[in-house]
Amino acid sequence: MDLSEMVESLVYRKPDSLRDVETHYCPGCTHGLAHRLVAEVIDELGMREKAIGVAPVGCSVFAYNYFNMDFAEAAHGRAPAMATGIKRVNPDNLVFTYQGDGDLASIGAAEILHAAGRGENITVVFINNAIYGMTGGQMAPTTLPGQRTSSTPLGRDVEVHGFPLRMCEVLSQLDGAAYVARRSLHDVANIRKAKKALRQAFEVQLNGLGFAMVELLSNCPTNWGMGATDSLVWIEEHMIPMFPLGDYKVGPGVASVGGRES
Amino acid sequence: MARELLEGNVAFAEAAIRAGCEAYFGYPITPQTEALEHMARRMPELGRAFLQAESEVAAINMVYGAACTGARVMSSSSSPGVSLMMEGMSYIAGSEVPAVLVDIMRGGPGLGNIAPSQGDYFQIVKGGGHGDYRPIVLAPATVQELINLTVEAFDLAERYRCIVVVLADGCLGQMMEPAELPPMRAIRPSAERPEWALNGAEGRSPNVISSIYLEPLEEEEFNRRLLAKQAEIEAHEVRFRELALDDAELAVVGFGTSGRVAQSAVKFARQEGIKVGLMRPISLNPFPYDALGRLADRMRAFLVVEMNGGQMVEDVRLAVEGKAPVRFYGRMGGVVPFPDEILAEIRKLNAPTEA
Repeated sequence: MDLSEMVESLVYRKPDSLRDVETHYCPGCTHGLAHRLVAEVIDELGMREKAIGVAPVGCSVFAYNYFNMDFAEAAHGRAPAMATGIKRVNPDNLVFTYQGDGDLASIGAAEILHAAGRGENITVVFINNAIYGMTGGQMAPTTLPGQRTSSTPLGRDVEVHGFPLRMCEVLSQLDGAAYVARRSLHDVANIRKAKKALRQAFEVQLNGLGFAMVELLSNCPTNWGMGATDSLVWIEEHMIPMFPLGDYKVGPGVASVGGRES
Repeated sequence: MARELLEGNVAFAEAAIRAGCEAYFGYPITPQTEALEHMARRMPELGRAFLQAESEVAAINMVYGAACTGARVMSSSSSPGVSLMMEGMSYIAGSEVPAVLVDIMRGGPGLGNIAPSQGDYFQIVKGGGHGDYRPIVLAPATVQELINLTVEAFDLAERYRCIVVVLADGCLGQMMEPAELPPMRAIRPSAERPEWALNGAEGRSPNVISSIYLEPLEEEEFNRRLLAKQAEIEAHEVRFRELALDDAELAVVGFGTSGRVAQSAVKFARQEGIKVGLMRPISLNPFPYDALGRLADRMRAFLVVEMNGGQMVEDVRLAVEGKAPVRFYGRMGGVVPFPDEILAEIRKLNAPTEA
């Protein structure tokens, strides 16, 4: 073979919307995957230089170190309010929040509910891994009944701790919500579907259609106390039955903008 | 511009608009709601952002977000609502973005009542939220001053990249008196927003606005920067009014509404031949420590008058450094003192046995 005739073609690279740095995420964590999907979509939309992200408090608190775009770091749970303030004065920017389950569904429940209710024209990426990761594995508002965490050492007893919140189901009831979908990151087929949903959610904003949120079922090998592969199986076997995948709200006009899986 | 009969709440809202306020986020609370209502009507007709938030917690975080873009932004509230804003205030201070807040104080603690009070002095002047920071705090005593200081608040917030609180009370918010509004300033074009702001990283490296300094030494460095800023503010932004202090032996000290009531009392006391003057701090941070300290060298005694249980009096004592006795007269619970109550205190202070 004549080496001089070989042509090198790049088939896979880091999106421009991600910085070329190492992350602090644990091995096997799906945060990196979710970051990449968001970055790929923003690249594809050509919106990196128009994007303003809002990071939460939780494991992804340092998201601004990994995304290669303007970023703010919110107080715990307040990212939708902060994003609202940004979007209202800068309607031409692509404004999104990236929030975990404690941030979005517990301490920030009021802010996400009202951002959705207002039809705030922002995109929300919601990482649900059924546990508080950063503080070391306490009960989340999405922790499953019976699930052991460091603050439910005998398992979540619904008589004491109540039931998990299903945020897609809740927010989809609001007229202001244009697009609300739940996807999972536990295997390749679902990861591809997750990316399509994210693209849809950002296009909803670009078309001024209102509030869009994609919930991504995610893992936490470290605090679940299992290997990365087992954790992906656990998503499929335990989380999906509690948090069924699908489109919960596809508002008027949403189906006609690209990205949604058929 | 001509003088008009203006209600305090409407006056500061309109003054903010004329100072170039691009966005207002708030939540209804008596006795400042007229400001929110004025913004609700005026901001949209000028093509600017107005939003009634779901809570004061959300309102201040919307302010925080908008402030990160470099836009001129404000909120207003009253004591219980301001308590809810303390988290956001701390983050704004920790991120060094400019923002303006007007606190129309009411009686407390708790739900308290809707009558005028100065009970938020400690909370606002000393920081309020967690961590080591202080906002600039300006205390008007008239509707005209409320207007002027609101305009100035936006300029100071941008100059020092900090929070500026205009600290007034329900009396000033609800009162109507003649005042003159400033001319309308042009809104700054978004292309002229500050270089640190978040407006999309077009043709530049990304900007990040965060209040995190995970390394203690870096956090300390940041704290030192805030302290240096505070020192600069202390050197340049002290504001106060003095009345009849040239030949005075006694000084009354009061801010805002209580300072204004004390002014009447001082005039009556002068008619009785009592050599008393008034010192009215306008900037509560930076506090006029030096000016009060100089007065302490020649005053027989001080009387501090507040609409609270004694808060600013602690700063007056720090300034006076024990060189003269510092007495306190306060009304609480939303009660505004009458001039003759203060006059009676001045007479007591003037009595030889008391001095």
